[in-house]
Amino acid sequence: MAAIAEFDSVGLRYGTGAEVLRDMDFRLAEGGFYFLTGPSGAGKTSLLKLLYLAQRPTRGRIRLFGEELTEAPREALPPFRRRIGVVFQDFRLIRHLSAFDNVALPLRVAGASDDEIEGPVREMLAWVGLADRASARPPTLSGGEQQRVAIARAVINRPQLLVADEPTGNVDADMAKRLLHLFTALNRLGTTIVVATHDVGLISATPGADLIRLENGGVVDPTGMLRNPPPRNL
Amino acid sequence: MISWMFASQADRRLLGTTRFRGPTPWVIAIMSFSIMIIAATGLALSSTAGSLSQAIASRYAVEVPNGAQNLDALVATLRSSPGVTAVEPVPESDMRETLKRWLGPAAESADLPVPALVNFDTSPGADLRAIQQRVKAIAPAAEISAHRDKVTPLLRSMREIQWLAFGLVLLLSAAATSAVVLAARGALDTHRFTIEVMHGIGATDLQITRLFQRKIAIDALIGSLSGAAAGALVLILLASGASFAGMLMGGATLGLTDFLILLLLPFALTALATWVARRAVLAALRDTL
Repeated sequence: MAAIAEFDSVGLRYGTGAEVLRDMDFRLAEGGFYFLTGPSGAGKTSLLKLLYLAQRPTRGRIRLFGEELTEAPREALPPFRRRIGVVFQDFRLIRHLSAFDNVALPLRVAGASDDEIEGPVREMLAWVGLADRASARPPTLSGGEQQRVAIARAVINRPQLLVADEPTGNVDADMAKRLLHLFTALNRLGTTIVVATHDVGLISATPGADLIRLENGGVVDPTGMLRNPPPRNL
Repeated sequence: MISWMFASQADRRLLGTTRFRGPTPWVIAIMSFSIMIIAATGLALSSTAGSLSQAIASRYAVEVPNGAQNLDALVATLRSSPGVTAVEPVPESDMRETLKRWLGPAAESADLPVPALVNFDTSPGADLRAIQQRVKAIAPAAEISAHRDKVTPLLRSMREIQWLAFGLVLLLSAAATSAVVLAARGALDTHRFTIEVMHGIGATDLQITRLFQRKIAIDALIGSLSGAAAGALVLILLASGASFAGMLMGGATLGLTDFLILLLLPFALTALATWVARRAVLAALRDTL
């Protein structure tokens, strides 16, 4: 398996502040399933931002999908972003759009027609248990329902890389289990999954997933497994 | 080329469906109204100056200070002169009528020496010196003057006002586009979250810009058409009155080209506003990742 993401001595600071991420050296195998853990403030969200191209590193090199994107011109980034699905911690749903339109957005951006959108979006909403809430707007949805819309939006276009920041933070245990099933199903279809979570139950329910632990802005990798993964992972 | 104007319902929903939000259409309407009035005035002045200039280009006046006892002979001489195409003596009654404005009833006095005045037109290349010699032979005190010499300052003023109107049209257009730039920036701020989400899922700057461009184009079109319609209404009302009749409905009317220019003005303003908005949005988006 090839690496879908390669971080080489990556550091990140916001403005003139201290580095929130430093000396990040790791590779994520294409088709892998990763849990990103660590205490609050360890840099999990910042690392995810680098992964979903919302932030550029202040030093080091990042390769995604085999392409060097550290200094790629911003016009070159949208096609790569379309290959990444993101579930945000704060959902990031557009308040004045219905659940249907929020979920359909990635397909519309990719140029799909209304006919091509209708079926998959209805199906995805049904899968996350919101078939009857398709026309509801986010402010009228509960936190858990918003979370599910956000997840549906992230996976609707079958991304190659799915990045989720605390995806089970607002859902009940049953829904958390269903989400995990969705993630593993996507993973079996070839999607690389990176989930930032504190949920130990979620991690233990996913045998075979790799763990990336962050502490004080760095990756804990005493054996060098993340920097130089064994061939079975890469 | 303008396919962005026909966005799908879903694309329209992205920025909300509320129209007339903010003062932009009203500002553009006021600018469009002012542009319409000023442009019409400038074009009418241009047309009037052109007609006047053409009409007097070959027109001359013979003035005999102490009147002409032999006015008929003078007129006959002018008519028989080579190159003279038309001769028009001004009746003494008309002269006295004119003098009456300054002199009052004294202008009727038989003792008052009333100058004789004969206007004549020449064909191109006419020998004015030869005409002058023939006139002097009949009336030695006669003076020939070109109408254009007397009207040139007026024409110059009209041309200056015409250029001033053109400059004002440009200034108002610049002010309208500045308002559009401010509106575009305001819209970007209002929809910053939507833009971030769209960028995040892979939307290009052009895809995002088209949404704003369409909305601003519609606001600009509504504003400029409303303003131009109000301007046209005012012009029609003015033209039907005496004060403006000479300019618009009399000898020097607005020509077909002038009407076409006025008709195109709101669309030109819309196109300019849309183009400026597009540039402003693209420039602002470049500051983001």
